[in-house]
Amino acid sequence: MAWEFLTVYWREMIRFVRFRTQLFSSLLQPAIWMAFFGVAMSSNLDRFTSAIPAPDGVIPVGYLTFMAAGVIAMTTLFTSLFGGMSLLFDKNWGLMREMLASPMPRTHIMFGVSLSGMTKSFIQVSIIMVFGLLLGVEFFPGYAPLRIILSILGIFAFVGIFSLGFLLFSSTISMRLESPEGLQGIMTLLTLPLFFVSNALYPIQAFPEFLQVLSIYNPLTHLVNGIRYFALGGDFFAVGARYTSTTADVLGSFAYLAIFAAVMYLLARRTFEKAVVT
Amino acid sequence: MGGDDIIEVQDLEHAFGDFAAVRGISFTVRRGEVFSFLGPNGAGKSTTINILTTLLPLQKGMVRVAGYDVAREPGEVRKAIGIVFQDDVLDRDLTVQETMEFHGRLYSIPREERRNRIENLLRVVELEPKRNERTKNLSGGMKRRLQIARGLLTRPDVLFLDEPTQGLDPQTRLRIWDYIRQVNRAGTTIFLTTHYMEEADILSDRISIIDHGRIVVSGTPTELKNALGEDVVYLETEDDKKTKDALHGIEVIRSVTESPRGLSITISADGSHCLPRIIDAVRGAGIGISNVNLKKPTMDDVFVHYTGRELRDTRA
Ligand SMILES: Nc1ncnc2c1ncn2[C@@H]1O[C@H](COP(=O)(O)OP(=O)(O)OP(=O)(O)O)[C@@H](O)[C@H]1O
Ligand SMILES: [Mg+2]
Repeated sequence: MAWEFLTVYWREMIRFVRFRTQLFSSLLQPAIWMAFFGVAMSSNLDRFTSAIPAPDGVIPVGYLTFMAAGVIAMTTLFTSLFGGMSLLFDKNWGLMREMLASPMPRTHIMFGVSLSGMTKSFIQVSIIMVFGLLLGVEFFPGYAPLRIILSILGIFAFVGIFSLGFLLFSSTISMRLESPEGLQGIMTLLTLPLFFVSNALYPIQAFPEFLQVLSIYNPLTHLVNGIRYFALGGDFFAVGARYTSTTADVLGSFAYLAIFAAVMYLLARRTFEKAVVT
Repeated sequence: MGGDDIIEVQDLEHAFGDFAAVRGISFTVRRGEVFSFLGPNGAGKSTTINILTTLLPLQKGMVRVAGYDVAREPGEVRKAIGIVFQDDVLDRDLTVQETMEFHGRLYSIPREERRNRIENLLRVVELEPKRNERTKNLSGGMKRRLQIARGLLTRPDVLFLDEPTQGLDPQTRLRIWDYIRQVNRAGTTIFLTTHYMEEADILSDRISIIDHGRIVVSGTPTELKNALGEDVVYLETEDDKKTKDALHGIEVIRSVTESPRGLSITISADGSHCLPRIIDAVRGAGIGISNVNLKKPTMDDVFVHYTGRELRDTRA
């Protein structure tokens, strides 16, 4: 087994900690969402939805807790979509030619970049969870310590496979595009629909049929499902709707994300093997 | 094609869209020599280097580097070569040390060995004091030196240098020429491109002049200069008129022109061989000589002779 991708990873991480402002803004941004949007929305929504009582024996979940899973998902999406951007800079002004001319298998470039993108997401997710706790997010209600640990691992597994798929996607696009502006445009165009046609901020049960179908194909919906399953359990009540999911549902969501990542991997591999940068 | 040819190129062609950048070139580079591609802007030098270093796919022709076919075994070629690109290929935010580390890790050089070689090379290119400086804070010459050191880190069989001294001050250029010679003496074959004739002249064992994607002439620097056959002898004598008559009959003399400062004699063969004959002829006629000067053509003359005078960047 060749380990050169660790070299690419090493360099990406040096850059991550070296750019202090980028580091802090990437950590601050989700916290701001939670602190402002989350707190503001929950104080509004909880007033309306408290009129709808939770059925007996189902755990009621406040809006802040409900959307915390959405913020984790959204942050992972943003970080992953822009995670491949360093490749574009490398191509135009950086070390891409050095890497392409080296004996390192070219796929290692994308492995290294993906691994570093996943690491960044894990760091962000941990921070959101800790910060959320301080704000009053009630993840893992009444869980025993072991179950909490397993749940965190479950969340990381979902975040990991989801971000892998989108990192490979953004790496592919970055390798094929010429300018950072183009990439920025494409990514911005993608994030909004992905974000809004999902269950990150509100239940999809109330969507029109067409949007509901779309949201089921949206990987972000499956990420949010996974996070909520591990953070809140398989049966809870939030924003006036009851959420039930079985282990099979969650495995299904994970499989969907894994297939998405696999397809993106194939695309990315083709792109990297054929890459010509002069 | 012997075992001593470390680079073999046959009928290489490369087009970008309909534009033929390289139009059928063939050459070989022998193990251990310094070989230069000398040519004006847009001649196809970088394109050729990019194909030889596997960065561009081979479209047409045959290229072997270090014994491997670039199309069939690019991985082996990559292991055997080092490259210093024409423009800076550096991460602005990595330090000098990290830049070297990164390269060494890319090629899986074991840690101890890597550290030692980096120490050594930074000393050679005199960048030790800048070890922890980010590359964006280096001067142009320091960046070049860093990239040369990086190219050498893997102890390549062939080092490709694409215009290594472009835009550098004379001191830095001299310094870099020194490194190149040092590296070459230690056994590395050098493939150099340049449009500085002086550079090609001083460093190379052999030169190919390339223009419009074709090799127009190849040879050692001396061969190329002699082939022009335009050595000029300057003579100051007691009597220029008589001297002119005395020189009649020497068949290698093409023309003799009088000037206030003496005679300039253009010769169609190697001037250093003809000079004794000229002096004998003049002395034989009883004319005293007060000054002799031989001017050989420079690489500039050779270059302009073979590539013409028009400016390349203005060509479509
Ligand atoms: N990627 C490309 N797409 C289209 N044309 C290109 C490309 N790369 C090079 N060319 C063209 O091919 C020709 C040869 O370019 P090349 O870079 O090989 O020249 P060069 O000899 O290295 O010149 P210089 O001394 O200016 O570096 C030029 O006319 C250039 O415009
Ligand atoms: Mg060039």
